[in-house]
Amino acid sequence: MPAVSKGDGMRGLAVFISDIRNCKSKEAEIKRINKELANIRSKFKGDKALDGYSKKKYVCKLLFIFLLGHDIDFGHMEAVNLLSSNKYTEKQIGYLFISVLVNSNSELIRLINNAIKNDLSSRNPTFMCLALHCIANVGSREMAEAFAGEIPRILVAGDTMDSVKQSAALCLLRLYKTSPDLVLMGEWTSRVVHLLNDQHMGVVTAAISLITCLSQKNPDEFKTCVSLAVSRLSRIVSSASTDLQDYTYYFVPAPWLSCKLLRLLQCYPPPEDGAVKGRLVECLETILNKAQEPPKSKKVQHSNAKNAILFEAISLIIHYDSEPNLLVRACNQLGQFLQHRETNLRYLALESMCTLASSEFSHEAVKTHIETVINALKTERDVSVRQRAADLLYAMCDRSNAKQIVAEMLSYLETADYSIREEMVLKVAILAEKYAVDYSWYVDTILNLIRIAGDYVSEEVWYRVIQIVINRDDVQGYAAKTVFEALQAPACHENMVKVGGYILGEFGNLIAGDPRSSPLVQFNLLHSKFHLCSVPTRALLLSAYIKFINLFPETKSTIQEVLRSDSQIRNSDVELQQRAVEYLKLSSIASTDVLATVLEEMPPFPERESSILAKLKKKKGPGAVSVNELEEGKREGGELNGGGERGGDNSAIATSNASTPSPSADLLGLRAGPPVTAAAPSAGSLLVDVFSEAGVNDDGFLRDLEPPTESSDSLLAEGPGDSDSAPPSVVSEDPAPPLPESNELLNKFVCKNNGVLFENQLLQIGIKSEYRQNLGRMYLFYGNKTSVQFVTFSTTVTCPGELQSQLNVQSKPVEPLIEGGAQVQQVINIECLTDFSDAPLLNIKFRYGGALQNLTLKLPVTINKFFQPTEMASHDFFQRWKQLSLPQQEAQKIFKANHAMDTEVLKAKLLGLGMALLENVDPNPENFVCAGVIQTKAQQVGSLLRLEPKRASSDVPINRAQQ
Amino acid sequence: MIKAILIFNNHGKPRMSKFYEHYTEDTEQQIIRETFHLVSKRDENVCNFLEGGLLIGGSENKLIYRHYATLYFVFCVDSSESELGILDLIQVFVETLDKCFENVCELDLIFHLDKVHNILAEMVMGGMVLETNMSEIITQVEAQGKMEKSETFVFQCPRQDR
Repeated sequence: MPAVSKGDGMRGLAVFISDIRNCKSKEAEIKRINKELANIRSKFKGDKALDGYSKKKYVCKLLFIFLLGHDIDFGHMEAVNLLSSNKYTEKQIGYLFISVLVNSNSELIRLINNAIKNDLSSRNPTFMCLALHCIANVGSREMAEAFAGEIPRILVAGDTMDSVKQSAALCLLRLYKTSPDLVLMGEWTSRVVHLLNDQHMGVVTAAISLITCLSQKNPDEFKTCVSLAVSRLSRIVSSASTDLQDYTYYFVPAPWLSCKLLRLLQCYPPPEDGAVKGRLVECLETILNKAQEPPKSKKVQHSNAKNAILFEAISLIIHYDSEPNLLVRACNQLGQFLQHRETNLRYLALESMCTLASSEFSHEAVKTHIETVINALKTERDVSVRQRAADLLYAMCDRSNAKQIVAEMLSYLETADYSIREEMVLKVAILAEKYAVDYSWYVDTILNLIRIAGDYVSEEVWYRVIQIVINRDDVQGYAAKTVFEALQAPACHENMVKVGGYILGEFGNLIAGDPRSSPLVQFNLLHSKFHLCSVPTRALLLSAYIKFINLFPETKSTIQEVLRSDSQIRNSDVELQQRAVEYLKLSSIASTDVLATVLEEMPPFPERESSILAKLKKKKGPGAVSVNELEEGKREGGELNGGGERGGDNSAIATSNASTPSPSADLLGLRAGPPVTAAAPSAGSLLVDVFSEAGVNDDGFLRDLEPPTESSDSLLAEGPGDSDSAPPSVVSEDPAPPLPESNELLNKFVCKNNGVLFENQLLQIGIKSEYRQNLGRMYLFYGNKTSVQFVTFSTTVTCPGELQSQLNVQSKPVEPLIEGGAQVQQVINIECLTDFSDAPLLNIKFRYGGALQNLTLKLPVTINKFFQPTEMASHDFFQRWKQLSLPQQEAQKIFKANHAMDTEVLKAKLLGLGMALLENVDPNPENFVCAGVIQTKAQQVGSLLRLEPKRASSDVPINRAQQ
Repeated sequence: MIKAILIFNNHGKPRMSKFYEHYTEDTEQQIIRETFHLVSKRDENVCNFLEGGLLIGGSENKLIYRHYATLYFVFCVDSSESELGILDLIQVFVETLDKCFENVCELDLIFHLDKVHNILAEMVMGGMVLETNMSEIITQVEAQGKMEKSETFVFQCPRQDR
């Protein structure tokens, strides 16, 4: 007999539904519904009291109307009235209406709460369950306030029926999710955890969801659940399929509960208790073994249930990431599934493998499946599965297979579903950048990307390729050649024109030698695309043209003619018109020199995190690209990301100065150094500023090498220091505290002597300095960037704190007036008396349009500026090295390079530090050794340095000894 | 957790919808339409999982569905649920409906919407699974049926139309 009798339903309801179903049109249906709504409304409003049956019938009709998508704005009160009925059927329909139609803000909640309170205390399990369901469905804050105290009591009470316990557990979970502050588990914790041991499997099933959620929020309090979960799991896994009676699903014992137990365990690290862990490993092995057994049933439900457990077990193994043996088995199992005929299993295997690929132990094992995965990408019929395959290829990509994977993804892009193209494009762009060993491959890949899926290439992608080409001069010629060829295609994507315009404008000269790509040919090619492009692209092309005039004077007349044409100079678009007019004027008035300055090659871009990664992350939502991946991308991609710096700023070299009690990172650790007599300084040449010569930016190579600076408060408290410096004029206010970024600005100059120290909208400060022995001279150039005078311009250099006795700084007064656009120079003389760790402060004050400007910077004077390089032979070096064996004479630091290391860059950095780089001294050619003497007035300190790059791990142990 | 359970037919007519998170009525209808659109265009014999539509949370959520004759059963779940486990749950739900209605068909769902809700309530509560054991669920449903009968019998409700 069916549990639900079909015959005794409500006839009125059946008739109404049949009417609706017989409606021929949407209009007829709406008409019928409106008629019914009016009828119900009048019945509810009528004088005659409705009996329970009628109320029930009308509420059912309203439910049906609601399901069809019509708003129901009445009937709530009738539903609430049904709650207080003594009849089960009426009460039930009342609760149903409320759980479907009442939202948590409803004003009715107070009335509903009253009814629930009555039912909860009725001790009738059916009514209690109905009430608990209602709380779980609505889950409003008012309900949490009313019942959060009561429900845990019901849950753990000894005399509560199992079915009520189940409902209470999930009801509590719901309240905890909506109002965690109101659900205080404290005293109930241990009794709730012990529900895992309950006789009734249904209770365990419900309780485990609650426990999992609570464990995620307070792992420590619920720690005891681990051992209980393991033993429960062990009992299920080892039971014969008949032991659990009704919880056996198609011959699989309690699959749902097993999955949930395995999920719960994923909230915790592997159990510390050896016995528990052993038992768990046994369970996991049993589950893996069962996968190999012949199926007990041919039904798909059997294999689904079995595999549901298997996948959760594999997730747990991956989560632990500590049992290589299990990891390998998991990987093999997933490998089998990759080829399984069930699409669901292939899908899940691809998904699980994605997480497995990030495990150190199994990354290689995952890689062995590359062909299968590529095949899946090509042949799967289901886009969901193809997408997972693309995700997995992305996850398993590393240097060894990047070319293959990128090529496959590119070829898939040609036929890829539109829904996933943009994401694929971002992935290809990221992989190409991250694993580019040679940049011509990178440029090829991105240009192919634009060619194949130009519409899906976002701005971030083509900006990035330009940044990289600008920053890497070894690829510029190739890039120019390649875009030139790509532009030959009769139809090319506008993004290609943008990249082409930019690159030829910058580097067209590199391919101009070939008559096939002579300047005029290049120009004509670009200009042939001009009319098909949108305004922003045209604007970009105009800039490329004016750059051409500078690169190739012979194209001047042709380009001027183009600029002069009405379609440019009178273009209706203001931006285009302005560019045409200005460029035309510029090209005819400016001398070659001026033109060359204005249109100089773009300077390298500052290093920044690839915006593409951020975009992919945003696209996929949080969690899709893990933070690890971002960091990894930064590390591995360093070679490219840091293109501008040539991977130079790769290290935070933190050294601890063993000779002083403080762990301060004294740059050269020379505080305790006795005067040196040996190691005579070689002829004191000025330090070579490798970086400014090489024309590359660099910053922060020695970020952490920087002497620690005291807090700015104490600096200020010391007041103006060395009074030898001439305070140029009256100061109307106290000097401003140093700019927050001043430390960073300072770091830029550890290894270089010239550059821009500071720049804002008003003022630019350039710096040039030279050092000899313990003396230095610094030229500061103050440039007024505005068109308005700076008046009462004054600067003060102070040595805060003990720096007064360590450094002698004298500054010449500076003109109090700087005209708009003008630059004034100031000379500062520096004498190093003894070692120091702080930097002198430069305070600048002036009035700009009446407003007082007051800013304080740190002058980039660091101890290494007073290094004299010292040459010595291998024998001498190691003899001295060994002599420096006292603990306070030596400091060693191992650190991870932020970027791939380039020998030349490292050399340049070390030279910039001021020591002599000793060639052929260290037997290992990979290592760098340096020697130098720090010259101060009081003493000379010899220092030796050894840098041992370990390429495989990117670790750079640095050894330093000093005398 | 389960965000929503939707049943609609091959033409997208909703036959039951149950949301475990609050959406406006309008959004609920849109979610049903969007889900139908996503699910119905898929071939038979492809996999039973796909990323959720934008309205219900995009790729954070998965749609897990089964297609039985004229009806689609779709569960929208977050990442904390096992895909195959939910697939089994759908099977349990359908088998239970089949037992309760004896060879369940679309019409049973239409005319006994309240009962379908009651059966589902025995399995899923507030988006979490309450009970997976079919005989336990059926026992509860039968007990309710008995109570209903006894009440109709005792009080002899008049059979009035509309």
